[in-house]
Amino acid sequence: MPQTQILPTQASTMAPQVDALYFFLVALTAFFTLLISAFVVYAAIKYRRRSPDEVGKAIHGNLKLEITWTVIPLVIVLFIFGWSARLFFTMARPPAQTLDIYAVGKQWMWKFQHPDGHAEVNELHVPVGTSVRLTMTSQDVIHDVYIPDFRVKADVLPGQYTHLWFRATKPGRYHLFCAEYCGTNHSGMGGWVFVMERADYQKWLAGSAGQGTMAQAGERLFKDLSCITCHREDTTGRGPTLVGLYGRAVNLDNGGSVEADEVYLRESIVNPRAKLVSGFQPIMPTFQGLVSEEGLLQLIEYIKSLKALPSNATGAPAAPVQAPAGPGKK
Amino acid sequence: MDTAATPHSNYLTDGYGIKSWLLTKDHKRIGLLYLISVSAFFVLGAVFAGLIRLELLTPAGDLVESDTYNKIFTMHGVIMVFFFLIPAIPSILGNFLVPLMIGAKDLAFPRINLLSWYVYTIGGLFTLWALVNGGVDTGWTFYTPYSSAFSNSNVALVVVGIFINGFSSILTGLNFIVTIHKMRAPGMTWFRLPLFIWAHYATALIMVLGTPVIAITLVMVGAERLLHLGIFDPKLGGDPVLFQHLFWFYSHPAVYIMILPAMGVMSELVAAFSRKRIFGYEVVAFSSLAIAVVGFLVWGHHMFVSSQSVYAAMAFSLLSFLVAIPSAIKVFNWSATLYKGSISFEAPMIYVFGFIGLFLIGGLTGLFLAAVAVDVHVTDTYFVVAHFHYIMVGGTIMMYLGGLHFWWPKIFGKMYHQGMARVSAVVIFIGFNLTFFPQFIVGYLGMPRRYHSYPPEFQLWNVLSSAGAAILAVGYAMPTFYLIYSLVKGERAPANPWGAKGLEWETTSPPPTHNFDTTPVVTEPAYNYVK
Repeated sequence: MPQTQILPTQASTMAPQVDALYFFLVALTAFFTLLISAFVVYAAIKYRRRSPDEVGKAIHGNLKLEITWTVIPLVIVLFIFGWSARLFFTMARPPAQTLDIYAVGKQWMWKFQHPDGHAEVNELHVPVGTSVRLTMTSQDVIHDVYIPDFRVKADVLPGQYTHLWFRATKPGRYHLFCAEYCGTNHSGMGGWVFVMERADYQKWLAGSAGQGTMAQAGERLFKDLSCITCHREDTTGRGPTLVGLYGRAVNLDNGGSVEADEVYLRESIVNPRAKLVSGFQPIMPTFQGLVSEEGLLQLIEYIKSLKALPSNATGAPAAPVQAPAGPGKK
Repeated sequence: MDTAATPHSNYLTDGYGIKSWLLTKDHKRIGLLYLISVSAFFVLGAVFAGLIRLELLTPAGDLVESDTYNKIFTMHGVIMVFFFLIPAIPSILGNFLVPLMIGAKDLAFPRINLLSWYVYTIGGLFTLWALVNGGVDTGWTFYTPYSSAFSNSNVALVVVGIFINGFSSILTGLNFIVTIHKMRAPGMTWFRLPLFIWAHYATALIMVLGTPVIAITLVMVGAERLLHLGIFDPKLGGDPVLFQHLFWFYSHPAVYIMILPAMGVMSELVAAFSRKRIFGYEVVAFSSLAIAVVGFLVWGHHMFVSSQSVYAAMAFSLLSFLVAIPSAIKVFNWSATLYKGSISFEAPMIYVFGFIGLFLIGGLTGLFLAAVAVDVHVTDTYFVVAHFHYIMVGGTIMMYLGGLHFWWPKIFGKMYHQGMARVSAVVIFIGFNLTFFPQFIVGYLGMPRRYHSYPPEFQLWNVLSSAGAAILAVGYAMPTFYLIYSLVKGERAPANPWGAKGLEWETTSPPPTHNFDTTPVVTEPAYNYVK
């Protein structure tokens, strides 16, 4: 039987930081619980009723005391808020350089796709010391990717993308749970995250070379669905060119602008009229229901691969996926 | 009203037939009707809880099928939240005591009061029907699109049941508000009201303002399920997270519907068993209103991992920290009331000590969840399960039982066995902590809630929790026996067995049908204990 623990393993850069705040809160809880309990016990004994008709001393209140015990908790909670908010900003914002992996949840399994085309089910292999960013969606109901030993969790929603990032610090095998109730086999919808040394990760990637990269699969879809008819490499198409689009600000016909991230790209495929690019006609049909969630992710990975270099226009570089160097040391 | 009470008759002896109960307009009798229905639902909800703890004794899901387990925890939640915790104190104790405490003959709308009980019971029967017909498996939170498009269980029936039941809350809230405004006895000014009344006033505001939101939200779930209107399901063009906003806009304040009346009972008990005015009466009164108002602005803290924007999360986090302050103030004031009091240790006071313990842990662990960075890790785990059981179950049950023991002599005119009652309060406190404290640990370790099977390294904590549940069951069963026994063999209760202040203690036990032989005139503040 596995070892019973009191605290979860710290296996990501986030874990010790979350634990530090947790320990502070535990100490605070213990302190106030004991302090007030001790006072209550002391008062109950000291002021116990000694004769049946005894009454308490008529004390109506004390303004100074009331203010004190309003202000002290207020200061304490504002301090915790500040601490937690700072940490949450780090959690919510992935570093600039990340290894992007895609996740699709469905009742009751997880599918992960690596950019090099590797797909895995209920298992996720990641290199140690690398910032990994998951782009996630669901095919049916709401799910939630939860890796307790990394102290990260995010809901996975149907019809849109959510993100989660982590940087694992310790090679090993960690639980992956679905944390949002999703029906019959909710508790079976999980698996393992394998954190590997970078060299082992490269070996693992090379070990089972698949049917090409995600971007290549996306390019095939791009042709099969005739996207290429309108979205050309140059600016002669009826639709805007997609070269160099990812990460750029796009001007919309309503005068606004939006960053071309995964969420925007997905929306523009399944609901093209939601945000119209300035200067183009709303002629694109919806692809809702025509492309699977995996297919959408492949298309997006293809679009992301269309860097603003002419040589890239004919196909995604089948560059071996390297663990990006990560955004510097902490 | 019905019949003129003779000086020696009381509301219990004023008519014996079944009709005299089912058609009664007496708030005290309606309170007892609620006592019977609510207790029945509590027993049912507790049986489901027992099954959950039995299944979780072992890591493998080996007692029942997953589908069955999912239905069990759903029914546990639905019944305990909507049919026990929300109505328990307001509909039973509140119904009985609000008119008595303010010196009124009845609530403002006695017929509406009776209607509220029928509405509650019909809503409950709908829910039971759904249960007998195969149950529902969405969790008590009914998250979409699972509930609206995927679940194959009786979602629509249960939703109808809860929808109907909601009107009972609204009607009770309305009745309390009007009664407290219009029916106070001469001299009963706002700042002479018992704090129980202030707490129920704040609760009634939430019931009237919040319940319609959950009602219409559940109608939308039903409409999407049956008519395929695209509201929440993205396949139909809806937004699944919209449901969560609407649901928690009611369901977070609903926690205050449960705990504010408990706080009201707490103030009464602390004052009575310290024979002392509550320290900082006005502050305690206004903190109830503050909780009611700010409680409407924190719903987003249930959704920190639901794709909410970073800044929305920050705002909800800050407001959630702020709502903790009035609760903290109340705890300080209750504790300070003990100072230089004359403290006695009858059973209701043992429940008071238990309440302080559970409320402290429940309240302080709320800070963990308001801190977004920690919440990300513990939300949807057993840490949350432990937290909300401590606060809304521990807090509410301790004060529901404490209040029931305190006013039992008034309600039935009989005394129960003090020793047994003290022991049961201690057993419940121990059982409760053993059940739920290990869940904090296993939650921080990462065990998600609503799991039928779980990794074996979590077993020890689950076994401890299940053992605690067994003790808790004994603790809950004990009052059932000695309280019922007291009705048969109990000593006759005097008008004021505890030497407590308050108009309800000035009339006979049990009170006459119209509560007071002559309308009381109030000339002193609440809790005016003087020799």
